[in-house]
This record gives sequence, C-alpha cells and structure tokens, in this order.
Amino acid sequence: MVADVSLFQQVSAVAHRSVTRTLRQRGLLVFPVLFPLILFAINGSALSAATHIHGFPVSNYRDFALALPFIQGALFVSISAGTDLARDVETGFFNRLALTPLRGSALLVGQLGGAFVVASIQSIVYLLVGIATGVGIRAGVGGAVVLLALSTLISFGFACLGCLIALRFGSGEAVQGIFPLLFVLVFLSSSSLPRNLIKTDWFREVATYNPVSYLIEGVRSLIITGWDGEALALGFGFAAALAVIALALAERAMRTRLVRT
Amino acid sequence: MSTSSPAIEVEQLVREFRKGPRAVDHIDLSVSPGEIYGFLGPNGAGKSTTVLMLTTLLPPTSGRATVGGYDVVKQGAQVRASIGAALQEAALDPILTGREHVNLQATLQGLAKADRKRRADELLERVGLTEAADRRVGGYSGGMKRRLDLALALVHRPRLLFLDEPTTGLDPQSRSAVWDEVARLAHDEGITVFLTTQYLEEADVLADRVGIIDLGRIVAEGTPAQLKAQIGSPSVEVTPVEQDAGERLAELLARFGELRQNGRGSVTVQLPGGESELAEVVRVLDQAGLRVELLQLHQPSLDDVFLAKTGRKLEGAGEEVEEEPAGRGRRLRRRGR
Repeated sequence: MVADVSLFQQVSAVAHRSVTRTLRQRGLLVFPVLFPLILFAINGSALSAATHIHGFPVSNYRDFALALPFIQGALFVSISAGTDLARDVETGFFNRLALTPLRGSALLVGQLGGAFVVASIQSIVYLLVGIATGVGIRAGVGGAVVLLALSTLISFGFACLGCLIALRFGSGEAVQGIFPLLFVLVFLSSSSLPRNLIKTDWFREVATYNPVSYLIEGVRSLIITGWDGEALALGFGFAAALAVIALALAERAMRTRLVRT
Repeated sequence: MSTSSPAIEVEQLVREFRKGPRAVDHIDLSVSPGEIYGFLGPNGAGKSTTVLMLTTLLPPTSGRATVGGYDVVKQGAQVRASIGAALQEAALDPILTGREHVNLQATLQGLAKADRKRRADELLERVGLTEAADRRVGGYSGGMKRRLDLALALVHRPRLLFLDEPTTGLDPQSRSAVWDEVARLAHDEGITVFLTTQYLEEADVLADRVGIIDLGRIVAEGTPAQLKAQIGSPSVEVTPVEQDAGERLAELLARFGELRQNGRGSVTVQLPGGESELAEVVRVLDQAGLRVELLQLHQPSLDDVFLAKTGRKLEGAGEEVEEEPAGRGRRLRRRGR
C-alpha cells in the first residue's frame, strides 16, 4: 500500500496545499493587487506633468506608469511566499514534512506554486485595469501574452528570494524586513522617469546599475514601444538570472534547513 | 527488526549545541517492542532533543541509536519510514481542514490513491474527528489538534510512535482521550510508544517503563512501581497552625525518619515503618499540644523519585532552564544555578 512517491507527486501535493492556502486567504490576493493599483492611479494623475518633459516617450503618463504595478506586485509575492515558508519553519510544520520522504527541492518548488497563482492573477488584473483605463499595448495581443510571461517570471524570481530569506533565517519577520529594501530598489530605478531624462547624476548612475530598471523597462517596452529586442532581452535576462540565482541559493538553504540524517 | 530485538536502543547518546551545555549527556536506554516508554523530566531536561535525534531530525554529537533496527545516523530514511511522530506543539496548518492534512500526509507517505480516502476516514473516525474533518484546523480546540496530530502520525501504519509531550496544555478530558488512544495503540496494536512528558500522572498511568531525565542525564529508570519502591516508605506532611512552630514540629518528628522542611512551617517526614506509624505521629503531636492545620499522608510518587534523585521537585524544576526549539535548530540556554 505504501509506494515510492515520485518527485512530481511530491511537488503536486505541496503545490496543492500552497495554492489552497493562497486562495483561502483573500487578503493575500486583494492587497497585493490593490496597493499597486492605487499607486498606479495616484502616479498616473500626480506625475502626468512629466509627459511635458522634452523627450518623454509617451503623451499619457499612465502608459508609462503601468509597468510599475507588475514589479510592486512581484515584491508582494516575494513577501507572501517567504512568509508562508517561514511560518512552516516556526510552527514545526516543516518538521512534519521533513519526517516524510519529501525531497527538499519538491518542497521548495511546490511552495512556489501558490506564489505562481498569485503572480498570474495579479498580472492579469493589472493588465486588464490598464487597458480599461485607456492604456494601449503597443506590442499587441502577442505582446500582452509576453508581458504576462515576463511579469510572472519576475514574480517567480522575487518569490525565490523570499523563500531564500525564509529558509536562511527561519523567521517571518526577517522576510518582511527585506520589503523596505526592495521598495527602495524599485524607487531608485527608472520606475518614474526614463533613465536618460533623470537629471541628477548619482540617481541616473544608480538607476543604470540597478537591475530593477531593466525589469521595469522590459515590461514597459511592450506597452509603450512595441517589440524592443534589447529591452526584452535585458528584462528576461535579469528576471531569469534573479530566478536562477535565488532558486539555487534557496535550494542550498533548503538542504541546510532540512538537515536529516 | 525481530520481535526479540529492542525497538529502540540508545548507547551513550550525546548532543551538544554550540556555545551551550550538553542537552543530552551520554544516555543509554532500551525500549522493547510494544512497550510504552515514558521519558519524564522538567522543561529543558533534554527530552525533546532526544526525540529529535531518535526521529532523525537532529544529528547526535556522539553515541549510537537504533530505531526499528535502523541506525538513526546511517539509515535515516528507513528510520523515518518505520516511525510516526507527533512532536511538541501540534504543528498543523490552520488554513487546511483536518481531512486535507491527512490527505497531504498520506500522499507524501506514498499511500496509493485508492487507499488514501479510506485511511483518512478510518483515522479521523478513530480520533473522533469525523464531524470536524472538513472544518479548518484553525477552529479546532487544543484537544482536537492533538488528536489530529496523532492521526497524522499513524497515516502510514508505523510500528513505532514518538509522542513529544502529547497532552501539554490540554484539559483533563482531552488528556484522558489521548491517554486512552495511546494505550489502545500499544496494547491492542502492539505499537511501541516513546512518550515524553513532564506530567507525573501521565507517566504513571500510561508508561510500562519510565526513564527520568534531568540536565541531559537519565537519573532513574524502571517501571513506575519499581521506581516508587526505591523510595520505599510513605511520608507524612504536617503543617502547623502557627507558622513559627515549624522548628518545634521538626524536633518532634525527627524521631520518625528523614525530614524535609517545606517552608511556612510545613514539615515532611519519611515513615520507614509504613502507614502504621501515622497514629504515633498524631499521638506525639497531640501530647505536645501542637495545633495542626494540615496532616497529609503521601504514598511514594514519581515526584518523590525525582526529588530523591535530583534533590529538586519535578514541578518548577525546569523553570531554571530555558530551552528554545528554534525551528529546525535548537538553542539551549541555562541561567546560573
């Protein structure tokens, strides 16, 4: 009656739990979706004068601003994924799982299943709200699909980062502690202005070296430019690098945390 | 594992934490198949650390242990496959239902799909959670959580069960329900149970044999009856009406046996001659005209055993020690004693 459990079965079981948890906690879905949209509404109105700057790429600031919610949403995903895992460590649920034949990699990937659902839902909502408020996707329907793929990849990368912190420190507070840091990274990027229009030298330098700029510009290019190969390559490149590095480090942290004889 | 070989065998097991004392200090023990072994001690004595090592969740610093015939260091996967464990604090997900917990556990333990539902129904009924099975665990009482925890430990039909303080924080009714189930598992199904507890009564009622651990060392081991017999005689506790009569009371009772002054004038004296000496105690007090507020005969208890072996009462003994299970790691800190 007891058989070997395949990796796929293990991932599916953990992912099912993660998705179930996520869908039952409406707060995890509503606030990460709502907060970036509120900022989108404020920025779209308050910063609209920026479009008068010579060389600004669009005439409607909302077109420019729509990329930001996708990144902010990704930050929320990182916090919720990491907090969930940290809570498992804190409550001992992690020990319960460790006593089963569950593999660490299956636990990590399964845990990210919930993050994937949140990321997908919120990306679709941001896109629909943007379109409903008059934002056009210059890259067309295909571009919208690519945009969803890129934003989900970005969310996945940040979720891996959240899991890494959770596994490294085993504390929800530590995961939440990185949130302000990530937010600073977002604001020190090209989130509000194109890099070439940032007048303050140090800010422009920081934004240029800040990988978040390229994540935002990748998403934004599909909305305001169309098919921009360089922006997309950089966007996907940095997102994939974040995901791969954070996942590898999280996997290592999982092995350390899941020390079983 | 043959029926004659021990279900659990521990030799000179040690666990040290960085910058901390030895949480477990060269312990030896052996548990027979089908036996309920009670591991009794105050908070911070090393009970949970021992359980973590025996369940493969914490590598020993030195020593050797086999569980179900498998070495806990070299054959961890086989050990985990043969044991069920309900560790300290029922580790449950408040968002999931009881049935979802059992299903998750059954899947991860490799039960065939067709067997999962049947096993879930069977276990939930056994622990009295059939009606609550589809409710979220966040709404369960402490007793219900503990019973679900026990059901989860049994999903894959283990032959050995580790229960780390399974009734801590439960009301008497819930505690009794857990005791009944544990006794049934051992006596009807032949499951070996390794049970840690800080409750004397729990060890006394449930355990076939008891190991008493303090400061990481096993200070006594045997059946409850054997341990109590080591203490031998009953004792009588006398509390005078006037607290300042304690010294005089001690002088009067010294003739009977070993004395212990409990504070507020109260004195406990061993009665080597047995209960029959109680009448003489009353006569002596009466002749001396000493007014008594309370006179209580104590049969030897496991607390007396603990007191005799460590010089402290079990209740409150752990308050000098802080043990912090920090997720998968543990830190141990002791205040100066």
